[in-house]
Amino acid sequence: MRVTFTANGKPVEADDVWEGESLLYVLRERVGLPGSKNACEQGECGSCTVYLDGVPVCACLVAAGQVQDREVLTVEGLAGENGELGLVQQAFVDAGAVQCGFCTPGLLVQTDALLERDPQPGDNDIREALSGNLCRCTGYEKIMDAVRLASVRKCAARGTGQGAGQGTGQGAGQGTGRNTGPGAGKGGAE
Amino acid sequence: MEFLRPATWDEALAAKAENPTALPIAGGTDVMVELNFDVHRPSAILDLNRVTELTEWTNDGAVVRLGASVPYARIIAELSGPLPGLALAARTVGSPQIRNRGGVGGNLGAASPAGDSHPALLAAGRDVFVEAASVRGTRMIPIDDFYLGVKRNCLAADELIRAVHVPVADGPQQFSKIGTRNAMVIAVCAFGFALHPKNGTVGTGIGSAAPTPRRAVEAEEYLRGVLTERGLWESGGPLGAEVVQRFGELVKAAASPIDDVRGTADYRRHALAVMARRTLTWCWNDYGRQIRSAA
Repeated sequence: MRVTFTANGKPVEADDVWEGESLLYVLRERVGLPGSKNACEQGECGSCTVYLDGVPVCACLVAAGQVQDREVLTVEGLAGENGELGLVQQAFVDAGAVQCGFCTPGLLVQTDALLERDPQPGDNDIREALSGNLCRCTGYEKIMDAVRLASVRKCAARGTGQGAGQGTGQGAGQGTGRNTGPGAGKGGAE
Repeated sequence: MEFLRPATWDEALAAKAENPTALPIAGGTDVMVELNFDVHRPSAILDLNRVTELTEWTNDGAVVRLGASVPYARIIAELSGPLPGLALAARTVGSPQIRNRGGVGGNLGAASPAGDSHPALLAAGRDVFVEAASVRGTRMIPIDDFYLGVKRNCLAADELIRAVHVPVADGPQQFSKIGTRNAMVIAVCAFGFALHPKNGTVGTGIGSAAPTPRRAVEAEEYLRGVLTERGLWESGGPLGAEVVQRFGELVKAAASPIDDVRGTADYRRHALAVMARRTLTWCWNDYGRQIRSAA
């Protein structure tokens, strides 16, 4: 079957799509957008996270036919037109949050969605938002740093607040960790 | 394989009548896993995403009619007040990405004993109904009649799930689930509990510890009796350790779990007794506070 939809603001068309095919396969193999990664194919790892009509979802769990006439934004769409990295992407590079890189595209989209909704997330909010994105290299600490850094930069760009941080001193698993402390928290300072 | 894309509910029912072996897909969080791994090759896929009324809910003050495709993320954000038990269960489903897509209709359609919605729906009372429809008409199926076996429900081949009708909570509700970590886990076992002070009953739901989601009938009857006979609905006074213990034992006895990759039958029985005691205690403490603050 033929599937037409909008990917990163541009109309795209995929032909000879198998009816049981996933959006992820269409993106990677049919329309030249291999940024979203194929790891688990069962929604466990989050590496294929994309926006579908503005909502982050696992592209491996969306049937290709379900995106007909809808809008998809992939990790490629987080960068500028001329290829300059988006704010979240640059923060991951600067914080050293990328090792093998396979999980990174999903983390970038999910972090982008988190900061759009809440530009100053506490640590527990960050952990909850990224709980569906598995990384087997970093141990997550640099990823936490990257999200805090992106938060600080986003707030600075908007001229509001101080960005995400370690919260008010609660331990992990307690409270929402809403930031009232200074700066970007551990390792997040520029 | 065919890909059917009805634009309206009537078109969806007509398509299902014409293609009774078509596999409905909404959030895709179960269906796509089976397709990706080639576990299942249906004759056709029936996409329900264009049927927008499935993503709507209404609340008439007594009952919430929850559209089959309202995603878990919206149940948490919009229905924590009227459906606290289901909202708590929804919080434990998969990951944020999964909760953005999956809904209760899919949980009911798949009818896995491990589905997170089921214990909350059972605990919400015996007047929870699955609204199933076909070109022949609409059926309101009591939740107690819905689950038939492992991944089997009582839907006819031409039926689709339109909504689930859940009474608005009139007392505290809780949900508890055991997994190896907080996110992205299929329940080792789960338990839902609800107090229904208006009609003087309590509700329970056991997940992942029997061929189907199941109610702990004797535990419900025992607790209902104690609460009524001792005037505890009126007083909100302490239950006492013996009652809590006995309730846990009766919940444990209602389960018939198996050993599998996620846990042993013994562990599941033990964990159910613990979850039953905890959820009862949490709910009763909340109820007692409500009584005292109203006095």
